[in-house]
Amino acid sequence: MINDKNSQKIVDFISNWARKHSIWVLGYGTGCGAIEIPPTMTSRYDAERLGIRGAATPRQADVLLITGYLTTKTLKRVIRVYEQMQDPKYVVGFGSCTINGGMYYDSYNTINVLDKYLPVDVYINGCMPRPEAVLSGFGKLQQLIGEGKANGATKYKENLEWYRANQKKVIPNWVMPEYNW
Amino acid sequence: MNELWFDIMGAIVTVIVAFVVGITYMGLSRKITARVQNRKGPPFYQNFIDALKLASKTSAIHHGFMQHVGPAFMMITSIMSVLIIPVLRGNAWFVNLNFHGDLIFILYIMVFGPLGMALGAGQTGNPNSAIGVTRGLSQMVGFEIPWVMALVALMMQYHTTSIVDLMNVQIQSGMWLMFSSPFAFIAAVMAMLGMFRYSPFDIVGAPQELASGPMSENGGKYLFTLMSSGSIFAFAKLTLYVDLFMGGAGNLVELVIKTFALYLIPMLYGVTSPRYRTEQSIRWFWGWPTFFGFLAIIYAVVF
Repeated sequence: MINDKNSQKIVDFISNWARKHSIWVLGYGTGCGAIEIPPTMTSRYDAERLGIRGAATPRQADVLLITGYLTTKTLKRVIRVYEQMQDPKYVVGFGSCTINGGMYYDSYNTINVLDKYLPVDVYINGCMPRPEAVLSGFGKLQQLIGEGKANGATKYKENLEWYRANQKKVIPNWVMPEYNW
Repeated sequence: MNELWFDIMGAIVTVIVAFVVGITYMGLSRKITARVQNRKGPPFYQNFIDALKLASKTSAIHHGFMQHVGPAFMMITSIMSVLIIPVLRGNAWFVNLNFHGDLIFILYIMVFGPLGMALGAGQTGNPNSAIGVTRGLSQMVGFEIPWVMALVALMMQYHTTSIVDLMNVQIQSGMWLMFSSPFAFIAAVMAMLGMFRYSPFDIVGAPQELASGPMSENGGKYLFTLMSSGSIFAFAKLTLYVDLFMGGAGNLVELVIKTFALYLIPMLYGVTSPRYRTEQSIRWFWGWPTFFGFLAIIYAVVF
């Protein structure tokens, strides 16, 4: 009965509903976009009313929020943080830099397309996106989670070789612990 | 045999009531904090959703044996203390495990969980955890002194170590202990500020500084265990205060009103205060609260 397909559906529905209304965000704020996070969280836009709040460590977080450009040096740390997070986990790319490099498209030490290195679930475009856009992006993420379509983490596990090859291409000194989920 | 089943059912109901009430209080505190900061705030049941989500997450973290056992220690402590403390006055359902001398047992069991958690957090190897643990134990040294002084004053004044006896004293004299031994009440309430770890005494978790301290390596189901044990423990402590100083409660509604009134003290004090440093916090507890503890003991000896 417990492994029945219908009861699994009910369990999925309930847990997706809970995941959707309780999003703990780990803001990786090395890019300039981090300046838009405080107004999103505080009195004016108050993301906490939607269940979105900051998480202290990768272990507790659900969403990795990449706010802006990533240099190859920070990319290594981001990968390590992402792999420490617990399933189910999501990545939100924030700002133009994560989509196509933005104004740093021809820089020698930033990556251009984040999706090649980490599985992005939702992009928020703009340079910078305003808090309204951030909240709308989280609304889209909530919708995807509710429908069970935000499965970037599964994609990452399935195509790990491809992602690893891309990551190792830009990170020359690859000294990282091997994770096995 | 029937009585045994009755007791077991009563214990389960007690734990469920403690969980629901405690977690609702934490949600309400988030709501009230938000209103103080002129925000709309999450709904009061937000913590239920958080708990459900945390329980539905996977937890593939392994640092060693104690890391897995640490949250369980916290849970055991919370359930033990909520079962020892009499929840209602003379109710057949909530008799549970209270016995003569439970006040002394409570003093011991309340530090058992944090010590187990300290071992677990130490094994994770996270520097934030280690700093959080040292801070937590230092702060415990701070607030345990006025707290123990208040309890010792009560024990000396009424010649009993039983919570039920102290409740009976209040019924017979028709006066709450917060009025008949006021200094003990003041010392105990000041110690309560440290027990609940709201700011200015949130030096253990210390958001933005220690990244949630001892629990920084605990995600998913471990965090769920810690969260639910925290809410059960909050309920247990509030019930203990109501039993000791406010004459206990005749029914659950009265209990909820009294405990929530008490809960507002650390919460509202926390909303309006910035964070102390560790040594400031300990100095605070060894200042006025300990002074009131001394007064309570002198009061107990003289009267």
